[in-house]
Amino acid sequence: MALTGVEIFKLLPKTNCKKCGQPTCLAFAMKLAQRQASIDQCPDVSEEAKQKLGEASAPPIRPITLGTGARAVKIGEETVLFRHEKKFVNPCAISVKISDNLSQADAGKVIAGIMESEIDRVGQKLRVDAAFLSNDSGDASKLAALASLVASKAPELPVIISTTSPDAAEAALKPFAGKNAVLYGANKDNLEAMAQKAKDAKAALAIAASSLDEAAELTEKAKAIVPDLIMDSGARKAGEMLRDNTYVRRAAIKKGFKPLGYPVINFVGRGDSMLETVVAVLSVTKYASIIVLDHLEKWQSLALFSLRQNIYTDPQVPMQVQQNIYKVGDPGPKAPFLITTNFSLTYFIVSGEVENSKVPCRLAVLDSEGLSVLTAWAAGKFTASKIAQFIKESGIEAEIENKELIIPGYVAILSGAIEDKLEGWKITVGPREANGLPAFLKSRA
Amino acid sequence: MSFAPPKETWSGKTFEITIGNGAKAVKIGGENVFSFHGFEGNYPNRPVIAYEVQDIPPDDWPQMVKDVYAGVSADPVTWAKHCVEKLGAKAIALRLAGTHPDKGDISADQAAETVKKVSSAVDVPLIILGSNHAEKDSVVLVKAAEAAKGTNALLGKAQEANYKTIVAAALANDLKLIAMSELDINLSKQLNILITQMGFDKERLVTDPMSSALSYGLEYTYSVMERIKLAALAQNDAVLQGPMLADVGMYVWKVKETQALEADLPQWGNLKDRGVAWEAVTTTSLLVAGTNLAIMRHPDAVAAVEKFIAEMEG
Ligand code: SF4
Repeated sequence: MALTGVEIFKLLPKTNCKKCGQPTCLAFAMKLAQRQASIDQCPDVSEEAKQKLGEASAPPIRPITLGTGARAVKIGEETVLFRHEKKFVNPCAISVKISDNLSQADAGKVIAGIMESEIDRVGQKLRVDAAFLSNDSGDASKLAALASLVASKAPELPVIISTTSPDAAEAALKPFAGKNAVLYGANKDNLEAMAQKAKDAKAALAIAASSLDEAAELTEKAKAIVPDLIMDSGARKAGEMLRDNTYVRRAAIKKGFKPLGYPVINFVGRGDSMLETVVAVLSVTKYASIIVLDHLEKWQSLALFSLRQNIYTDPQVPMQVQQNIYKVGDPGPKAPFLITTNFSLTYFIVSGEVENSKVPCRLAVLDSEGLSVLTAWAAGKFTASKIAQFIKESGIEAEIENKELIIPGYVAILSGAIEDKLEGWKITVGPREANGLPAFLKSRA
Repeated sequence: MSFAPPKETWSGKTFEITIGNGAKAVKIGGENVFSFHGFEGNYPNRPVIAYEVQDIPPDDWPQMVKDVYAGVSADPVTWAKHCVEKLGAKAIALRLAGTHPDKGDISADQAAETVKKVSSAVDVPLIILGSNHAEKDSVVLVKAAEAAKGTNALLGKAQEANYKTIVAAALANDLKLIAMSELDINLSKQLNILITQMGFDKERLVTDPMSSALSYGLEYTYSVMERIKLAALAQNDAVLQGPMLADVGMYVWKVKETQALEADLPQWGNLKDRGVAWEAVTTTSLLVAGTNLAIMRHPDAVAAVEKFIAEMEG
């Protein structure tokens, strides 16, 4: 929990030497409490005070970075339970399991699949974030061989090494020293040795507990050796994961309970890839920071990437689409040309119905400050002059042969005024509701 | 260090609503915690998935869903019986799509006939839906409600533009009612108030905050649902304590991801699984957000969601 200004003041040298730029130690303490200053600005502060302050000012869920370079991903650091309160901070990392029982050729295929998983969605590059190398064989040399295969084929790819053997861990971590790998599998029997191996390789340590109680105990012991920790409470069924993930998030954020203030890893692997996908939905929506999948299907990645993108968008950003003329399908110069507002749901629904009609179209989206058609019209944001100006300035006249604009049925009243302002254009009144578009467009085709 | 689980219990709870009659009637709602949070409170009724059936053949559904119902979808009674007897549907959502002026403009009387036939052919609860054409629905649903008198069906959707006649019809025929607004907790609240002011019991009302598909506004539905559930539980806001409906299939099966061929977009993977996953993922996330009753189309997607629900309980 964050300290108050007075509590911080007690930890400072109390000499009022002003080297920090503040007139007094108390003033500096107040700045620190408001997070407007950094403890490093006081040259005389003791190491002990620094540590106490560091602990107290740390975010409730520790941030951890997996990997280095262009593919590095940051997890943790969440601040709320519900996305409508505030944007979820760091999207969960999606990882795919690679068993060390696989042949080199088969493992190579999974690695290639992960590297090729990147999809461009609404301007964001989405992909599988990490490989989970699993010591299913129980043989240290097999895990090491898999690790070096991954390191040579995909040197940029963040990895999670999974084993309960400290020796196997050491060998497998070797190719990833300094690359922010994760070592998974520290339990009550091997904790110290595993923590040491993680520390030596500058890796994070993931705890494999059998309950939240045990997870809290293990993080308290491990943190002295390696501060970057990740937790698996042992939950495997979807209902158990919801319970444990929820308790962890609440304990960390609402109670400031430090022993559980770490990112959570969920295992959603199921024999049935469709079931695996819906179980992963629980982990994406309810608080996992790393998700381990058994399958790597393209349709599955697409669905989960899209869900993650939806859940992690900023709820405060107004629901708007950029003003532009969008193409649906591959419209020729005579294709129908429609206009609507930039309220993103209006856009989603209209473009969805146009797509549904299978008639290629151009769809003009006018900036109406995120209002739907009727409200925008009532508020003077969707007027004849704005529409006319947008059409003229868009340069669309050069692109099309039919100067005909289809307007939403709700603003039929505008058609005369637009015709007056857009010389040579014919204005056609379309259906009032978007679900009338397919029939409307098909009847014209 | 011993850890005390930070349980959260609330003063509010949602109304438990029964739909249908007899042995196969279903109950939804009644919880005093968030979805699937039986570990800290009362979560008496698992969410219910209803199969969507239409009064007209599903010509505008994607081929892969049409194929599933080939041979039964020409007739709503055969289609509904297939869903109940072969697919194990726990409820049927009969959408009177053909009453839409652009889709055949079937008369209210004819739609009422269909309602009668379907409701007497199946023993599971019925959800009766209009075509989402506000004006036409206000006529069609009145007749449909008369035809469903005594079945304890769920009638919808009443919207701001047409709620008066529909509410009166649900009242007169002893039906449960769906109130739908567009993705805004305040609009939902306002409409529910208007409806209860007509003398309709809030304990018979289901809230539909409007669904959306994965990647097409899902996050809005997701958050509006969480906010409504929070208002019901934490603020004990009785107007928002009705169970929630997610009408998923109609939104999912028209987006590009459920239609585009793999040959055209190889990086999206095979269409069959992609389509099923789109519906299953959309529904699952809305169940987590607070949905008590979902309407779906593809049996494989329903099966995946049912397995998920079983895992959440077990
Ligand atoms: S530099 Fe440190 S000791 Fe000096 S006034 Fe600032 S807080 Fe006090």
